[in-house]
Amino acid sequence: MKRLKNFLFLLAAVPVLAFASEASLHLDKAPVNLADQDSLQRGARMFVNYCLNCHSAGSMRYSRLQDLGLTEDQIKDNLLFAAEKPGEPMKVGMAKTDGKAWFGATPPDLSVISRSRGADWLYTYLRGFYRDDTRATGWNNTVFDKVGMPHVMWSLQGEMAPRYKKEGEHEVIERLELVKPGSVTLAEYDAMVGDLVNYLVWMGEPAQLQRKQLGLIVLAFLAVFFVVAYYLKKEYWKDIH
Amino acid sequence: MSALQKMMGWVDDRFPLTATYKAHLSEYYAPRNFNFWYFFGSLALLVLVLQIVTGIFLTMNYKPDSELAFASVEYIMRDVEWGWLIRYMHSTGASMFFVVVYLHMFRGLMYGSYRKPRELIWIFGVLIYLALMAEAFLGYLLPWGQMSFWGAQVIVNLFAAVPFIGEDLSIWIRGDYVISDATLNRFFAFHVIALPLVLIALVAVHLVALHEVGSNNPDGIEIKKHKDPVTHIPLDGIPFHPYYTVKDIVGVIVFLMVFSAILFFAPEMGGYFLEANNFVPADPLKTPQHIAPLWYFTPFYAILRAVPPMFGSQFPGVVAMGLSIVVMFFLPWLDRSKVKSIRYRGPIYKIMLALFIVSFIGLGYLGLLPSTPVATIFAQVLSVIYFLFFLLMPWYTSIDKTKPEPERVTG
Repeated sequence: MKRLKNFLFLLAAVPVLAFASEASLHLDKAPVNLADQDSLQRGARMFVNYCLNCHSAGSMRYSRLQDLGLTEDQIKDNLLFAAEKPGEPMKVGMAKTDGKAWFGATPPDLSVISRSRGADWLYTYLRGFYRDDTRATGWNNTVFDKVGMPHVMWSLQGEMAPRYKKEGEHEVIERLELVKPGSVTLAEYDAMVGDLVNYLVWMGEPAQLQRKQLGLIVLAFLAVFFVVAYYLKKEYWKDIH
Repeated sequence: MSALQKMMGWVDDRFPLTATYKAHLSEYYAPRNFNFWYFFGSLALLVLVLQIVTGIFLTMNYKPDSELAFASVEYIMRDVEWGWLIRYMHSTGASMFFVVVYLHMFRGLMYGSYRKPRELIWIFGVLIYLALMAEAFLGYLLPWGQMSFWGAQVIVNLFAAVPFIGEDLSIWIRGDYVISDATLNRFFAFHVIALPLVLIALVAVHLVALHEVGSNNPDGIEIKKHKDPVTHIPLDGIPFHPYYTVKDIVGVIVFLMVFSAILFFAPEMGGYFLEANNFVPADPLKTPQHIAPLWYFTPFYAILRAVPPMFGSQFPGVVAMGLSIVVMFFLPWLDRSKVKSIRYRGPIYKIMLALFIVSFIGLGYLGLLPSTPVATIFAQVLSVIYFLFFLLMPWYTSIDKTKPEPERVTG
C-alpha cells in the first residue's frame, strides 16, 4: 500500500515537469494508411517528382517499389529519372557542396526521415510554407522557422500568407491564408501531401508490413507452444508439493 | 551395453561429461518453492545467447567506419535477407536484457540472495551488470546516429572531469579529440569481442559459485540443513532437470511472447528502445537540443545531474554516479538482519525497499527529462533516498522486528 501511494504521488508530480520543458507545437495528424496501395503509389510519384531533385534516399532502391504493386517496367518508364537501373538506390545528381551553397545546408537524405521526424511533423511541415520576403528563398515555415528549403510544391498549393494573433507580448502565427491559388485546391493539396507522407512512412521501413504479418504468425505459434509447455510442466510437477 | 552408452563411456573416460551434466542439471538440487521471480536468471542467460547469435550475424554486414556505419545499418534493415529481424532482435534484446537483469536483481534484494554464503554470487552479479552497462554503451555508438554520437560524447566527457589526468584520459579513450572514426573502431572491437568474453566468463563463475552453495529461495532458508539421511539429497530440493527445465520453458515462452510483441509491433517502443534522433546520421557540428541516455542508464544519469558542480568541476557528480554502483558490492555486509527473505522481515525493511524502488524508477524517469530546477530538486531527494537505503542498512536491519523463519520451505 505504502509503495503504491508513493508511486502514485510520483506519477502525479512528474507530468508537471514534463510539460514545463516542452515547447507547445501543434502538429496535424497525418492520414497514414499503409494498407492503401494507391495512396502509396501516388506518394511515390510525388516523391520522385518533387523531393528527389535535391534530396536523396540513398538506402532505398527503385526496385523496392515493386512492394507497392508496381511492375519493373512501370518503375522504369515512370519513375526512373535519376538512375539507370531499377536496382540502384535513389541517389541525387546535385553535389553536396552545391546544396550547401544554395540552401545553407545540404538537403538531408530522406530514407528514414519519417522515423526521425515522425509522420505528423512531416505532414504539418509540408503544408506549413508561407511567403516571407525577409528570407533569401522568399519562403518560411510554421514548424521549421527560417528553414533553408523553399516551397517546392508552391505551384500546387499556391501562396500562403500568415495571419498573426497576440499571445502575451509576442505575435504568433494563428493560421495561414491562401493569397494566390495554385493548380489544385487546398483540400486536394492536403490529400497529395497525405499520400507523400504515407509513402515516406513506408519508405522509412519497407519491411514493416511483412514485419507485422510475421509477428501474428510468431505469436500464434508461441500461444500453441505455451499450451503444450504448460501441460508438460504440470505433468512433471504433479508429484511435487 | 548400447552403442550410445559405449560412446558416453568413451567420452567420460576422457572428459567429465556425465559428471558435469549431473552436477549442474540432473543432480543439481534446487529448492522446490521457486516462484515467478526465479524465471529471470535463466531468461537473462537466454537473452545473452540471443545477443551473441544476432550480434554475429549483424557483424557480417555492419561496417565499423564513420562514413559507412549509418548506411550499413539501413542496408541490413532493407537489403539483407531477414536483416531487419536480426537487427530488431538485437536492439530489442539490448533493452530486454536490462529488464530481466533489473527484475533478477530485485529478486535478490527481496529474498536476500546476496547474504552469506552467496556473497560472491552477488559480487560476480554486480560485475556482470557493470560489464553489461559497458557493453550496451559501446554498442550504442555503432549505428552512428546523432544519439550514438552525442551520448558517447557526454559519457566520455565524464572521464574528462577527473582532476589532473581527465583531459588526457578522455583523449586516450576516444583515440581522438572528439568522438571519431578511431573511437568507432575501438568501440566496435570492445563491443564484439572483448566485453562478450568478459561477460561469458563472469556468467560462468556466477553459475559455478551458485551451484557450489546452492540456490536461495523465497523463504530465504538453507535447504541443505535438512537432508535425507540415506541419499544426502536436500528434502526440499528437486533436480533442476527435468523440473526447472520444463518450468523455465513456460517462462521462456511467455517472455518470448512479450519480446515478439515489442519486436514485431513496436520495435522503437515509443522511442525508448530506438530513439527517433538516432535515425539522423551523426553530425559532430550539430548538437541535439536534448541528449538523454537510453532508459536503462537514466537512474544513474539523474544522480550525476543531481549533484551540483563544485569548484567549476562536474567531478563530484561523476563520483556520486560511480558510488551509486560501487555501493552495491557492499550489500552482503551492510545487511545485518537475522533473516534473509522479505517474508520474515519487519516493516522497516519493507518500507526502505519500497522507497528504494520508487527512487530508482523516479530517477530513471527524471533522467529522461531535460534538466530543470524542479526536476533537479526531485532528483536530489530521490538520490538521497537511493543512498540511504544502502548506508542506513546496517542500522535499520538490526533494529527491525523479524518473524521467525520456518524450518522447511513453504508453498
